[in-house]
Amino acid sequence: MPLIENGKPIEDKFVRVSDDEALPEGAAVLIGIDRFLKEAEALKGRQAPVGVIWPNNRPIAEIAPYLGQLSLIALVFPIFRDGRAYSQARLLRERLGWRGPLRATGNVLRDQFLLMERSGFDQIDAVKEADAEAFDEAVHRYTVFYQPATDERPSLLRQRLGRTVSGVR
Amino acid sequence: MYVYDEFDRAFLAERVAEFRDQVGRRLSGALSEDEFKPLRLMNGVYLQLHAYMLRVAIPYGTLNSDQLRRMAHVARRYDRGYGHFTTRQNIQFNWIKLEELPEAMAALAEVGVHGIQTSGNCIRNVTTDQWAGATPEECDDPRIWAEILRQYSTLHPEFTYLPRKFKIAITAAGHDRAAIKVHDVGLRLHRNDQGELGFEVLVGGGLGRTPFVGKHIRPFLPVRDILSYIEAIMRVYNQYGRRDNIYKARIKILVHEIGAEEFSKAVETEFAATRDGALRLTDEMIEEIRARFLYPDFEPLADQPAELVEALADQRFAAWHRNSVHKHKVPGYSIVTISLKPIGAPPGDATADQMDLVADLAEAYGFREIRVGHEQNLCLPNVAQKDLPELWRRLEAAGLATPNVNHISDIIACPGLDYCALANARAIPVAQEIAKRFADLDRSRGIGRLHINISGCINACGHHHVGHIGILGVEKNGQEFYQITLGGRADEQAQLGTLLGPAVSYEQVPSLIEDVVDTYMELRAGPHELFIDTVTRLGVEPFKERVYAAH
Repeated sequence: MPLIENGKPIEDKFVRVSDDEALPEGAAVLIGIDRFLKEAEALKGRQAPVGVIWPNNRPIAEIAPYLGQLSLIALVFPIFRDGRAYSQARLLRERLGWRGPLRATGNVLRDQFLLMERSGFDQIDAVKEADAEAFDEAVHRYTVFYQPATDERPSLLRQRLGRTVSGVR
Repeated sequence: MYVYDEFDRAFLAERVAEFRDQVGRRLSGALSEDEFKPLRLMNGVYLQLHAYMLRVAIPYGTLNSDQLRRMAHVARRYDRGYGHFTTRQNIQFNWIKLEELPEAMAALAEVGVHGIQTSGNCIRNVTTDQWAGATPEECDDPRIWAEILRQYSTLHPEFTYLPRKFKIAITAAGHDRAAIKVHDVGLRLHRNDQGELGFEVLVGGGLGRTPFVGKHIRPFLPVRDILSYIEAIMRVYNQYGRRDNIYKARIKILVHEIGAEEFSKAVETEFAATRDGALRLTDEMIEEIRARFLYPDFEPLADQPAELVEALADQRFAAWHRNSVHKHKVPGYSIVTISLKPIGAPPGDATADQMDLVADLAEAYGFREIRVGHEQNLCLPNVAQKDLPELWRRLEAAGLATPNVNHISDIIACPGLDYCALANARAIPVAQEIAKRFADLDRSRGIGRLHINISGCINACGHHHVGHIGILGVEKNGQEFYQITLGGRADEQAQLGTLLGPAVSYEQVPSLIEDVVDTYMELRAGPHELFIDTVTRLGVEPFKERVYAAH
């Protein structure tokens, strides 16, 4: 599936490895939560990067002790209508201070790209090739944002105010 | 009246463009129906029994005359000449063709009207008192806060795919006309002992198949914290609300399952982490929104002018005045309710001609402003008392002066089986038949305040649980049957009605309601004891005995 990072198509350097497969030597791997939690201690000694797929029904605060050993966090949209990972993403960025790559995976569609970007995702694993190609258009459809979120876009409450009070973003 | 600025207009144009693109991708097959459905719903487009339906928001129930006229135009040009006002300050057009939808939407967008977030699992149109800004009962104009919440919730990146829909209502008056206790979040604006404005917060109210009255989780939330507190509620709900069963996905189920105390604790923890962040409202931000609400340039007038006193000699005018005119905060002015419940017509329906006329009247007598209340009536909130006789004559000529506001024939009903794909039974014809039985205005005035609510299925769009008399349509062996409840109310003393007894057939409903009312007339302590108070005092038993003995 086409992977986009900060608006540009990129090659996926992470290999997805299922729980019963051996981890390929020296390769960046993306693994499931069960395996990660079971092997977390051992994985600390691994030289190559490790990423985890964090499910949307597990409190994201539980990831805090492991952030230092992770190189990628993938959150999951089992179906695009299930919006739990938006909250997880914002909490990761705004509460837990995660600065590394944050990937949207699962049923990731064009009409949700903007919401994902605003919630702090910088990697989008698009389901459809055509959607990935339209990424730029999809995230620039709006110029007006009513509320502050994780992204740097100025929100309207403050934009409006900007006309009367200087120095407020 | 809130005036859209260049930001709001730009957003709306961008939203219309996005929806055009989405419709185009649906037609080309790039979007499947499953993928398209939530997108169209969040623009107010439903697929109903016979056609597409467009639901348009009337934020906090406020419209200007241009907007109402444009709705009349849409009704005439794209629908069958009428629109239906709902119980949540929306208007629905039931017969729009899919290919004409973007055109109708663009026509509405030109006057700042849209269907954004009138459906879908997002934060819906924030509703409030239709008398906001006009009633002397309020401590502040609740529309300021509804507008702040409207802006905050519009295309919220985190809360657009919630477990289920989310409805917020606000009241700023002691008498609650916004039914806040039966909303996902109910906010009661009031002042504390220090004179500061804040909200009492209720959560987890709602009707539908599992009705609950909202639970108190905060007695006083300073107004500056409203957005971070709402965000905390939404964040807890978005993560922990049930998604395994659509019928258990509303916040009321989460609150019920974990308990209000546990829920409140989770919210407070989240709130503590964000309350001093970007969502905290400064006085300047609040003033910025407040300044965009324009109030009429009221003249210095006295109450009870000669024109009014003279007209009150006319019995028919006096009856309407007693029923439909209420006290305004400015001397010499009144709040006028326009009944959309003429005897025998579908509750809440207005024809294009009626909408045009009300727009004209708002221009002539009401500073161009019109309101819509959850009782499915219209309101002119700012009418000079000296203009009341002339206003009445023109309403009367158009069949819009039925003095039955809050009476038994002022029935709230969902569209029912005549329009809705979900319904099990008809609702509108039941309402029409009951209204005909009580068409005699002296009789209906004698009965006094009595709210009948009718829903055509357990989804409860007609709010039957909170009707003084609630009527719920069910299906039994392919036949329409109706369950009757008594004693529900949606106001500040909100409670759910109690089942009267076994369901009755479609044909039996009107006479059963007459028996209930006759029983009340016999049992009431006096003409000043309202129906609801008699039921509260005596319970449903005496009614049950009388009614089922007769049937």
